[in-house]
Amino acid sequence: MPQLNMVQAINDALALEMARDDRVVVLGEDVAKVGGVFRVTQGLYERFGEERVIDTPLAENGIIGSAIGMALYGLVPIAEIQFADFIFPAYDQIVSELAKIRYRSGGEYTAKLVIRVPVGGGIRGGLYHSQSPESLFIHVAGLKVVAPATPADAKGLLLASIRDPDPVLFFEPKRVYRAAKGEVPDGDYEIPLGKAKVVREGKHVTVIAWGAMLYEAIAAADEAIKAGVECEVIDLRTLWPVDIDTIEGSVKKTGRVVVVHEAPRSCGFGAELIALINERAFLHLEAPPKRVTGFDTPFPYQLEMDYLPLAHRILPAVLETAQF
Amino acid sequence: MTKESSPPAPPSPKASPVDVEHLAHLYRQMFLIRRVEEESARAYATGKIGGFLHLYIGQEAVGVGAIAALRPDDSVVTTYRDHGIALAKGMSARSLLAELWGKKTGCSQGLGGSMHLFDKEHNMLGGYGIVGGHIPLACGVAFAAKYQGQDRVTLCFFGEGAVSIGGFHEGLSLAALWKLPIVFICENNEYAMGTPLSRTLSVEDVSLKADAYGMARDRFVADDVLEVQARVGAAVERARKEQAPTLVEMRTYRFRGHSMSDPAKYRTQTELDEHKQRDPMTRARERLLTLEYKEGRISALERSVEEEVADAVKFADESPEPDTSVLAPTTYDGAFAY
Ligand SMILES: Cc1ncc(C[n+]2csc(CCOP(=O)(O)OP(=O)(O)O)c2C)c(N)n1
Repeated sequence: MPQLNMVQAINDALALEMARDDRVVVLGEDVAKVGGVFRVTQGLYERFGEERVIDTPLAENGIIGSAIGMALYGLVPIAEIQFADFIFPAYDQIVSELAKIRYRSGGEYTAKLVIRVPVGGGIRGGLYHSQSPESLFIHVAGLKVVAPATPADAKGLLLASIRDPDPVLFFEPKRVYRAAKGEVPDGDYEIPLGKAKVVREGKHVTVIAWGAMLYEAIAAADEAIKAGVECEVIDLRTLWPVDIDTIEGSVKKTGRVVVVHEAPRSCGFGAELIALINERAFLHLEAPPKRVTGFDTPFPYQLEMDYLPLAHRILPAVLETAQF
Repeated sequence: MTKESSPPAPPSPKASPVDVEHLAHLYRQMFLIRRVEEESARAYATGKIGGFLHLYIGQEAVGVGAIAALRPDDSVVTTYRDHGIALAKGMSARSLLAELWGKKTGCSQGLGGSMHLFDKEHNMLGGYGIVGGHIPLACGVAFAAKYQGQDRVTLCFFGEGAVSIGGFHEGLSLAALWKLPIVFICENNEYAMGTPLSRTLSVEDVSLKADAYGMARDRFVADDVLEVQARVGAAVERARKEQAPTLVEMRTYRFRGHSMSDPAKYRTQTELDEHKQRDPMTRARERLLTLEYKEGRISALERSVEEEVADAVKFADESPEPDTSVLAPTTYDGAFAY
């Protein structure tokens, strides 16, 4: 099996699906000739041509709006938004149109498309190149939200997302685009949406993470072992629909849970996860659920490593929860 | 085919001879920007500056000339390519570099960084990282001046990339409808990241967009800083006296990549060299010489810039970083508010 980084794995999935299904088109700013700012779409333009790999003007609302229209007539658009922070000009199309097509057409139409979006901090991008807006999309009924952490998952989840009949936001953790390397199976395979992965079993504390923060959760779990605390680390992989069964099973076993996310704390996805845990496993809890998150401020340029919920902030939360 | 328009008649050149001292002042500003940008590039290479860094090198005549047409109480709103604009509007090199270095003494306490400069004292209302997002906002700034019965003018800078996004059109539409004292300045440097103008706009003449909104327009190559000042000056007068907006498109060129991480492989060395030959900063220097502003005086001016830049670098190096108290969970009031 080849060793790939996340950029290569995603590129592999895109090329594979474009070769297999000529309804698939890729569009976005600088995705064609330049191959994308992060080079995720590199080589697609040369291989599949300008009709299928489209450089758009700087117009996010136009990109997503036209992708929706394409999808209504049977194309399968994969739109790239350069950074999650630039998705907001398109938020109107996503919230007002994309999320509602299936419902308001009584299921006669679906908007089968994928929006690929690099997310997260860790590259010193500051206010407008660092945000993690997943909960703003999860809250909009009608969207699926996927957040891979490893190259192999990224490829399999992207293939599943492209083939899914409904709109999927595919959040790529740009901090580990090249740092996350791993074996990625050749050829076609899917990782089903809505299935989390228990990446480490443990009996004391459940730690839930996704994207780039998975690696921090694992690092904290490594440290916690030294204090005798065994973490069960769950990589959500799909944020919505969330795999609540896996979470429930784990929390019923450990009775303790820590949720990690980069986004600001208030109304972050952690809040929803903890609400679900309370509904499903309240009587099994041995300690108050904890969140280790970003802060309720815009994303700072300096102090980035304090803002992010890195292992050094996860560990004390894990230990406190374990010792409660 | 793209439709080109002949530029509207330029304002009649000032009958008065060139004010050499003024030109020297503008040259100094351009040279300061150039040197600050070069130092920033160096600091980026050594990791003192992180993230994204968009340099203004090559475009100095636009910002310096346009802002020379303003009064200090006029406002400026711009994009992430904001260092040159901030300096031209009066921000100190110390405050700028400390911000780029992520230091507490920077204009935004090190929390904004390169793309998001602010300077209330000099009515620099921000560099904005979301392309086009600042254009309607600038209209509001102009509206406020009008509402308050003040004759302040707002300059709003953006690249030609912004012309494709909704905010540009909404902003122009409002400005024309509400007769706002604003000048929109499109710094057309031919590329939006890796995409040349010809592949993003069906009509390459950006200034023509003004016609649809019933707004005055102008369009020219920004090689001569004095011409920039005169032509933007005419638009500023229109805003101040007649409460009427103008769209000014200036053709310019960035000598570096889009940002430090862009090797700019989408353009040829020949193209770049041609533009460097016409470097507006060098042209201003040569003009000074032809106007009998002696080499010795120019070098003295350049030396004073070198000192200013060296001082700013030292200041940024030695300044402290912000502490984590600014992460206190509120953006409304409390620790973050200042
Ligand atoms: C809404 C939005 N979309 C995309 C981006 C990413 N981006 C930043 S600058 C840029 C190109 C802008 O080009 P132009 O307006 O010509 O300005 P220049 O950089 O040439 O000064 C792009 C695509 C962004 N910052 N905001």
